Parts: sequence; C-alpha cells; structure tokens
Amino acid sequence: MTKSRRIILSLTGFITLVAVWQTISFLGIFPQGLLPSPIAVSAAVYELWARGVLFGHISDSLYRFFAGYALAVMLGVPFGLLTGWSRRLHALFEPLLQILRPISPIAWLPLAILWFGIGNSPTIFIIFLAAFFPITLSAISAVKNVDPLLLRVARNFGANSRQMLIKIIAPAAFPFLAAGLHMALGAAWVFLVAGEMVGVRSGLGFLIIDGRNQVRYDLVMASMVIIGLLGLAIDRLMRTAETFILARFGVHRA
Amino acid sequence: MKGDFLMSDNKPRIIIDVCSVGKQWNSKSTSNKNNEPGDFATLEEINLEIYEGEFLCLLGPSGCGKTTLLNIMAGFERPSSGSVFIDGVEVNEPHPKRITIFQEYALLPWRSVLGNVEFGLEMAHVPKKERQTKAKELLELVSLTGVESKMPKELSGGMRQRVAVARSLAVDPDILFMDEPFGALDALTRIRMEEELVGIWLKKKKTIVFVTHDIDESVYLADRIVVLSALPGRIKEIIPIDSGRPRDRTSFEFIRLRERVYEALSLDYKKTVEYYL
Repeated sequence: MTKSRRIILSLTGFITLVAVWQTISFLGIFPQGLLPSPIAVSAAVYELWARGVLFGHISDSLYRFFAGYALAVMLGVPFGLLTGWSRRLHALFEPLLQILRPISPIAWLPLAILWFGIGNSPTIFIIFLAAFFPITLSAISAVKNVDPLLLRVARNFGANSRQMLIKIIAPAAFPFLAAGLHMALGAAWVFLVAGEMVGVRSGLGFLIIDGRNQVRYDLVMASMVIIGLLGLAIDRLMRTAETFILARFGVHRA
Repeated sequence: MKGDFLMSDNKPRIIIDVCSVGKQWNSKSTSNKNNEPGDFATLEEINLEIYEGEFLCLLGPSGCGKTTLLNIMAGFERPSSGSVFIDGVEVNEPHPKRITIFQEYALLPWRSVLGNVEFGLEMAHVPKKERQTKAKELLELVSLTGVESKMPKELSGGMRQRVAVARSLAVDPDILFMDEPFGALDALTRIRMEEELVGIWLKKKKTIVFVTHDIDESVYLADRIVVLSALPGRIKEIIPIDSGRPRDRTSFEFIRLRERVYEALSLDYKKTVEYYL
C-alpha cells in the first residue's frame, strides 16, 4: 500500500466517524446538551483557545505526563534489566511486581493525595505507576530474550558482570524493550484523565471534570477529542523514534 | 601412519588433554538457559590428546556429541564424569585464551565490523587506539578491508564469519574452537573460507579444534580426524591425514583419504560408488 493511499484511508475512517456523529446529533435522537455535535465541540475547542487557556491546559497535562513517564523509564529500565539478569533479584521482586501490577493506578489516588498533597505530584505519581509496571516487566522479559549465544561470546572474552550488563544485556535487550516503552507510553496516557480528576486545577482531565460541573458537555467532549489527538501524536512520535532506534540496534522492522 | 605435523623433529606438546570425559543429561541440566537445542547428546569415555599447533577435526553424524565435546573443552559445559585439562589446568569455565567460533557468527548486531573485532580487546581494557590498530590489522588478515564501519547485517554470511574469526584472533588466543563455522555458507564460499582458514592457521600457528559433519571439509583441513559414533557418543577412530598443504581436493591421495574416512563412518562407500559407476 502506498503512503498516500494509506493516508486517504485513515482520513476516510476519521471523516466517517465525524459524519455519523454529526448525523446522529442532527437527527435529534439525543438532546443537544447531552450529545453535542462535532460543530459544537469544535466551537468549544475554539472557545478554549479564544479564552487563552487551551495551551495552558495542554502544557500542564503534557508536563505531568512526561514527568511521570520519564521517572518510570529512569527507574523501571535499570530495575527491570537487573531483575531480569539476576536470578536472585528475580526471585525477590517478581512476585511483588505481580502483586502490585494488577492494582489500578487510580486506586492509589486517595493515598497519593494524602502523601503528596494537592498539586502536580499526585498526577505524576499516577502516571508513573501506570508506566512503571509495563516498563519493568518488559525490561525483564527483554533480558530473558537476549540471544544466549551473545552471552556465551561475552563470557568467552572474559566480560565481567558490569561489562556484561552494559555492553551486552542492555544493547541486546533494547529492541524488545523499545516495544515495551512504546506500549507503556500509550497505557500511561490513558491514566492522565484519572490522574487529573482530583487535586489539580488545570489540565485536560481537570477540564473534563470542570465541564461536567458546569453542565457543559461540549467542553467535556472537546477535551476528550484533544486527549485523543494528542495520544495519536505521541504514539506516532514514539513509533518514529522506535524505528530509528531499532535500525541502530541492528533490527529491521518487518 | 602419522600426520605431517606429527613428523616434525620436536616432540609436540600436549595442550588439551581430555580424560575419560562422559556426559549425560538430566532434566535439571537441560533447563540451563545457556544451552542451545541440539546440544544434548550423550558422551561416553572420551580420551583424547590434542597437540599444540595441531588442526584437529571432530567428525561425526548429528547427535554424536561433537558439539557437546567441544563445549566441554571450551568450558561452556561441565562433563558428568572425567575432566579436560588445558596446559595441565582443569577447565571449569571459558577463557579468552581459547575462543569459540559459532556457526551463527554471534556478532553483536549493534556494533560495526570494527566495533565487533574490538570487542574482546575492550573486555580486556586495551586502550582505544591500540584496539583499533589491532582490529584493522586482523581485518586485513581475513581479507576484509574497507568495511570497518559497516554493520553486520549489511554483510554476507562469509564476510560475517570472517569478522568473527578476526574478533577471535584479536585477543591472541592459544586455541580456536570452531563449531561448524562454515555450515551455513554456500559450497563455493565454504571452499574459499576453508582455504583461507588453512592460510591463517599456517601463519598464526594456533591450535584449532574444528567440529564438522562434512567429510571433505575435515580431510581438507585436519592433521587428524577424530571420528565419533552416535548414541552414545564415542571415539570410533582417529585418522591422521599425512598430506602436505595446500591440499588438492581432486588428487588421488585426497580421494583415497576421503574413502578411508567414509569407511570409518561405515557409510558403505564401495556400494555407493558401484551404483554411480
């Protein structure tokens, strides 16, 4: 499939969705206030922009998101690589990870507010939790997937544990890890809204709660649309980076 | 009958001494994560002395344990019974003085050709300048120049194996263990690689233990061929190849030696020949 054809198909899907949405709201099956039309939502986005608050909300959200995600990468990657490499650490931490992982990050929200107070920190903590577990677990399995032959070669040349970890395990695990980082990015983005529902007075999640409190469902949907589009943009950015990195690490994406 | 190597005036020194090595597998040892599938063949009562500077081929059908024996000598596996001594010291683990070369090349895909050849020297903390000079010198030896900055995936199989040979020689080992190193190459590349390997061996005077299931390859390369039988893996016969180098694959002598190896493997060569004639 050529690139232009792919773009046309993607746009077709998008336009169809908007058209169906517009038709339903035009037919008046639901009251206008409960299902705002695409036009009303666009107007709401414009209103946010005209009031000069749109970019403030977006940048606050992005700041909290990337702070939480970066923290998860910085802690999760080394922790996961070490845990994947050392059988002892694996036996020690793997069960704990499997206990903590199924607890939804949202469940931590009351505690997060109690611990970190009002402000950015609870949201960052929620995003961190949402990203940390998938990143750590994918780093663990990335190590387990390293070609054993490369480990043999490194042992043969007398690599010590430090050299083994830095010169072999980390780069060899990277392609697999990159896929995990990508997945975690999307998963963490989902929790942005939940993370911003309490404790903050800005951001896209706050905008949804604020819209509901004002009974302004056009504002609710406007921020939903913005969250979706930003999610798409972040995913594409990550995908580009991933392809580049995989090529650098000697893997060709099929 | 003795190989030309064994005819030299100085009495050759034993470098590898395999003493009644046996290997059985149980479910516990097969879970070892460093094992490759297909490495699990049993060995029984292997006794073998390998001389310094010798080119020795381990030849046998698949499942005879030739790779297992090589892995035990290289220190990747522990024997169930018996021991291997190298320079009089029992082998417990791999060592940079004895490097293994694999059929799958095992290059680091994220490193350039030069980076791969430098790898062993880097592990030994050799300074960067010195590393690069040495790596370039060895790439020249394996007839690979002008590809220093290429990535392994950009090279053909033959070129990749040359890189692996250069990487191994860079740390100046005493012994090279080669596990069917040319098994994945096409026939013509393979012949070329065999010729070059003999050239390198004559120049560098390393001891080489070479695993293969290819009779021609073993007759072309070896000073002595150790023929193994399968189930359990045992030494069936040790055949010295008393032929000078370089060897002519089409000579009568070569064909005679090949026939001798066929017989040792009980492949019923005579009958097959009558059929072809």
